[in-house]
Amino acid sequence: MQTDEPVTHACVPDDYDVAYHRPAALMDVNMHYCPGCAHSLVHKLLMEVVDELGIQDQTIGVAPVGCSVFAYEYMNIDMQEAAHGRACAVATAIKRLMPDKFVFTYQGDGDLAAIGIAETLHAINRGENILIVFMNNAVYGMTSGQMAPTTLPGMKTTTSPFGRDTKFYGAPMKIAELVAQLPGSSYVTRQVVNSPHGVRKTKQALLKAFDWQKQNAGTCLIEIIGNCPSNWRMTPLEASRFIDEEMVKSFPVGDIKTPDQPSLAPTPENL
Amino acid sequence: MNVTKLMKGNEALAEAAIRAGCDAYFGYPITPQSEVLEYLAREMPRHNRIVLQAESEVASINMVYGAAGAGFRAMTSSSSPGFSLMQEGISYLAGAELPCLLVNVNRAGPGLGTIQPGQGDYFQATKGGGHGDYRLIVLAPASVQEMADHVFLGFDLADQYRNPVVILSDGAIGQMMEKVTFKPYQKPTADKSWATTGKPASRKRNAISSLFIQPERMEQHNLKLTEKFNRIRESEIRFEEVNTNDADYLLVAYGLSARIAQKAMDLARAKGLRVGLLRPITLFPFPEKRLRELATQVQGMLTVELNSGQMVEDVRLAVEGRVPVAHYGRMGGMIFTPEEIERQLETFFEKAYAN
Ligand SMILES: Cc1ncc(C[n+]2csc(CCOP(=O)(O)OP(=O)(O)O)c2C)c(N)n1
Ligand code: SF4
Ligand SMILES: [Mg+2]
Repeated sequence: MQTDEPVTHACVPDDYDVAYHRPAALMDVNMHYCPGCAHSLVHKLLMEVVDELGIQDQTIGVAPVGCSVFAYEYMNIDMQEAAHGRACAVATAIKRLMPDKFVFTYQGDGDLAAIGIAETLHAINRGENILIVFMNNAVYGMTSGQMAPTTLPGMKTTTSPFGRDTKFYGAPMKIAELVAQLPGSSYVTRQVVNSPHGVRKTKQALLKAFDWQKQNAGTCLIEIIGNCPSNWRMTPLEASRFIDEEMVKSFPVGDIKTPDQPSLAPTPENL
Repeated sequence: MNVTKLMKGNEALAEAAIRAGCDAYFGYPITPQSEVLEYLAREMPRHNRIVLQAESEVASINMVYGAAGAGFRAMTSSSSPGFSLMQEGISYLAGAELPCLLVNVNRAGPGLGTIQPGQGDYFQATKGGGHGDYRLIVLAPASVQEMADHVFLGFDLADQYRNPVVILSDGAIGQMMEKVTFKPYQKPTADKSWATTGKPASRKRNAISSLFIQPERMEQHNLKLTEKFNRIRESEIRFEEVNTNDADYLLVAYGLSARIAQKAMDLARAKGLRVGLLRPITLFPFPEKRLRELATQVQGMLTVELNSGQMVEDVRLAVEGRVPVAHYGRMGGMIFTPEEIERQLETFFEKAYAN
């Protein structure tokens, strides 16, 4: 389908300098995300990066099934909407056929770490030159808050009503650490977007990842600790605090692997 | 210039894919079709095409989605269990109207079944197979030559209708060796302005999706697809007839079964019984009209299938009760002999034989 062009709202008087504006690669439409949801913020960051690198005409995104299923309604670039979990397989084909384009997937934790774990690990193991933007909000947002592979120990969800019992369901999956062990991964980092500092760092990570893709370094994965105020049953502010106080304990923030610095995670060689 | 070779069915199909300008092949090994992946793994790189052994059939079909969505000629092949695994992806391909070629070299089932030939996947191929309301164009080759020919035809039909096309073959046609001739082929130009190739400033962005969250738009999309399937029904029916002119009885069979049925027809004719054969080449769309016409001429029809009775339902629907329609099948990888089918003709059409 060909989608509609954005409506531009000329709401800035002529004699004002615009210091902050919507990225040109982001559609000027209302997003369906809940108030305070990190998806919209990360969409914006991604499109800011596309703007700054001037690669709108060379970038193809792959949307998941999850709350961000409509990403292609918001990003003003060519996109494909993949089946639940299969974004990395879809992106593999796009990139193999058009190696000069920039290809990224945008996936939630249910999409990437549960149903799509096979496609994800194999794409990374093959070292596909794609960027995986992994939005970890510890729940299935779209289907209204069921337990995800990344749900914290003891965390209550609609399918772990008494809190996640790690004896029954295992511990949260640390995807970034896991994929850093695969030789095909190049740049692997985990970031937050609940503070101006975190937002800036995340944007830097995105810029870096596109740069590595240009250099055919291998798969980049940026795990972003998102949120889901609605299903966490919290206000956006409480959700932000929950990230600082709880999420980062299971999911430590920072670079896990950079192309010039081999994996910090144990590999068969350094175990 | 024509090129004639002695080839296995699966290899002829793979060679045809290269000659048809297939840009990308994604597959996962499974008997009895692994030769397709093996052949292409060897030959595709020489033509600067993409070939990739995926981690599963789920991955292959979604890679086909990515490639087709980017505007390339893409295909995959598998056999029954692997083809089952692809069904969600096939539904997405149909929903997003992506042209591609899918091959099922049918083995016997259900479950892991056996690697011997079967036709138990007729329902799956012709009725949609995955979830939601869609149809695939289904081609049923009965020779190594058709294994090749259907690749060219399949890719062209896929592009023309923006719909996945299935070649429904079987373990015998895939494995047997026969002469095959490749004719020169010119890839028709297809409009792929919808493909995700990177959005230039000059056009709106392209999105490949099968998501229509508003029921009104979903229904509109369904109606559009239905209209397309009806156009396919109008224009793309293909079948072969042998000895139907004077036939009193009709055998209906496709693929491998049709070859054996043809021999059975000869045996029956030698005994003086006027038997004809109709071989559907497209299983969807199905040659309903022609069967309905023949129902006013013949006294009965017998479908011969390597299953417990699948195509027979479509034949019965087509003839609308005008004549009795019987089914004879072998299963589990067992294959009927011409004599066996001829005996079935005698059983079903006892009266005729008695005369
Ligand atoms: C094959 C299949 N199974 C299940 C679903 C239902 N489903 C849709 S989204 C989703 C989970 C999404 O969670 P996540 O990937 O974490 O994304 P979020 O909404 O949290 O951003 C599920 C289970 C589906 N669409 N397809
Ligand atoms: S349900 Fe959660 S993840 Fe989905 S939009 Fe709302 S806050 Fe965001
Ligand atoms: Mg989630």
